[in-house]
Amino acid sequence: MRRFSFRTLISEAFKGHKGWERQWRAPEPKSSYEVVIVGGGGHGLATAYYLAKEFGIRDVAVLEKGWIGGGNTGRNTTIIRSNYLYDESAALYNHAVKLWEGLSQDLNYNVMFSQRGVMMLAHNLHDVRSFRQHVYANRLNGVDNEWLTPEQAKEFCPPLNISREARYPVMGAALQRRGGTARHDAVAWGYARAADAMGVDIIQNCEVTGIRRGADGAVEGVETSRGFIATRRVGVVAAGHTSVIMERAGVRMPLESFPLQALVSEPVKPVFPCVVMSNAVHAYISQSDKGELVIGAGTDQYVSYSQQGGLHIATHTLEAICEIFPQFSRMRMLRNWGGIVDVTPDRSPIIGRTPVPGLYVNCGWGTGGFKATPGSGHVFAHTLAKGEPHPINAPFILDRFRTGRLIDEAAAAAVAH
Amino acid sequence: MLLVTCPYCGPRPEIEFHCGGEAHIARPAEPAGLDDQAWSEFLFVRTNRKGVQAERWLHQHGCRRWFNALRDTASDRFLATYEMGAPRPSAGGGEPR
Repeated sequence: MRRFSFRTLISEAFKGHKGWERQWRAPEPKSSYEVVIVGGGGHGLATAYYLAKEFGIRDVAVLEKGWIGGGNTGRNTTIIRSNYLYDESAALYNHAVKLWEGLSQDLNYNVMFSQRGVMMLAHNLHDVRSFRQHVYANRLNGVDNEWLTPEQAKEFCPPLNISREARYPVMGAALQRRGGTARHDAVAWGYARAADAMGVDIIQNCEVTGIRRGADGAVEGVETSRGFIATRRVGVVAAGHTSVIMERAGVRMPLESFPLQALVSEPVKPVFPCVVMSNAVHAYISQSDKGELVIGAGTDQYVSYSQQGGLHIATHTLEAICEIFPQFSRMRMLRNWGGIVDVTPDRSPIIGRTPVPGLYVNCGWGTGGFKATPGSGHVFAHTLAKGEPHPINAPFILDRFRTGRLIDEAAAAAVAH
Repeated sequence: MLLVTCPYCGPRPEIEFHCGGEAHIARPAEPAGLDDQAWSEFLFVRTNRKGVQAERWLHQHGCRRWFNALRDTASDRFLATYEMGAPRPSAGGGEPR
């Protein structure tokens, strides 16, 4: 791998940028690997990267049925924050934020991580009390979060309408200054490039069609659209399609998959300095470096794999956005799309072993997995390498649905994650 | 937005309805006899099929009656709707994709 630096950039500029090479190989699958990762999104690629870098396991294949980063990694609204209520979640998401802070240097790839601040609006008394509880709980866990009055919120985000006559009055806001955004595609590409340089095979257009188990029940390998690949360890990181993959190993999951929608506007000059979320009206908004307003909407109410979603869901969000930010009412929307998110009953992820020996799963990130990408990959790599969870993901095991030790962020954080 | 055919009222827009999740999950006849694993499966584990699955729907802003539906989760197309208590129609099979 040729490292990116100021020197290489200058020398390429003088050579007409003709010397840039492929950033990762396109290898044929080998007949066997030490570890096979199913799913080439951000979480899967990060897992492969940390397996190679932290644990010295380089005989790894990442199998992706389409192209890397083409699923939810390329469909989310790129928001990063860690202001979760419970200790377990705060530890997990803050682990990710700490990794985000050094990620561009670590990968030698600019993921455009921008800590522009994430502000969550409170529209009613319940929101105010709930968010203040979050602020105090977060501070006890070493997660930065602060309470703002409506005037302070307006100062931090000038486009905000804090008029008392507003349809959704702003009664205050919780602000995490270390939160922000990153370039989602660059995260997938950066991890792919760095993992590939350490010997990881990234195999695209390779769909896993079956998981072969031996007489003792343990994993022996995966059947794919490009032939059988033998392995003793499989990590399934397939987001919305986790239930489909796991069914092929005979494991039923506590998951349901829903379309989650997002949309972008036409690009405009910089008008929006931060990320604003509103759980009560289920809308979140930021501006990309390209200039588009990036808007997140809600999920449909029914299980679906269609990657579309109903237009009334996006309409509801846009109506709320126009009330909170009246100057956007004449913006034109360019594109909207859906991503299939796998939701657990307690809205917390599942990272760990399964009842099948050799089969591991990292799923259930629901409507908010992008923010956790580095932390998720890191703790899952630890789990795959050691056969047991990292202390941070130990509470997020599949068995919690049997023991009842749920991490109920659904009740703690209303709807948006 | 989907067009949902209520077996009592006929075709109506989706926003009149509430989806109640997977159908035909029977409450255990003897709850006290269940161990934690069986309870967990009843409460939390779902088929989540990519393909035809049976689910419960409520015509919330209409006749307010529950009914079951067969729907293809890959295309969102409804194959059949039928009354609560009726057996699952054979239409569409139920083969996973």
